[in-house]
Amino acid sequence: MLTIDRATYDAIVDHAKRDHPDEACGIVAGPEGSDRPTRLVEMVNAAGSPTFYEFDSTELLALYKQMWANDEEPVVIYHSHTATEAYPSRTDIGLASEPGAHYVLVSTREHGNNPGPVEFRSYRIVDGEVTEEDVTVVDELPAVG
Amino acid sequence: MAIEVRIPTILRTYTGGEKAVTAEGASLAAVIDDLETNHPGIKERLIDAGDLRRFVNVYVNDEDVRFIGGLEAELSDGDQVVVLPAVAGGAG
Repeated sequence: MLTIDRATYDAIVDHAKRDHPDEACGIVAGPEGSDRPTRLVEMVNAAGSPTFYEFDSTELLALYKQMWANDEEPVVIYHSHTATEAYPSRTDIGLASEPGAHYVLVSTREHGNNPGPVEFRSYRIVDGEVTEEDVTVVDELPAVG
Repeated sequence: MAIEVRIPTILRTYTGGEKAVTAEGASLAAVIDDLETNHPGIKERLIDAGDLRRFVNVYVNDEDVRFIGGLEAELSDGDQVVVLPAVAGGAG
């Protein structure tokens, strides 16, 4: 199960709506081993595409170096689908390379840039196998320990 | 000629869980061959048909090797190599 706070959830949805019709992408980092998504980092979609996303390679390195310095890891890796459902595509599955992360997909196909509900779903993707999981949105993440 | 190579989570099955290992070589290709000697199977995850895989990023001292010669990129003692899989996907 993914437990995420309301502000982070809303920020991911806002990002997806803002970048529609291109795919939006980013991560939520958290302390290593904590499973707590605490630090949202919006990334530029270097592909600038409605059907593909990729973090810029230089920004990717900067992001990971920052996480290593903070003893963080990518807890959530998110991106949007802008014309299809919020389910991992064959491309998503083939390229998923963080077995410990929650892969969040947001679909903006229904309302695009406009207000309105979106599909927001979370998956584990390990060795090509996709497992959907529940998403629990809380006002604040529970206290540590 | 010691080169530190930072290994991403998904490839740590080849390094016994180690986040970083040491390898030898005067070029990226040589370092990858040396990695393969000590961590069999890892080379295939980095290289396909004689070139770096499209969705694997390798950096030498923070420079994407695609801009500094790819597999022919020259290395010297104390250089740091970082391997990071691309974060990519999409509706396709």
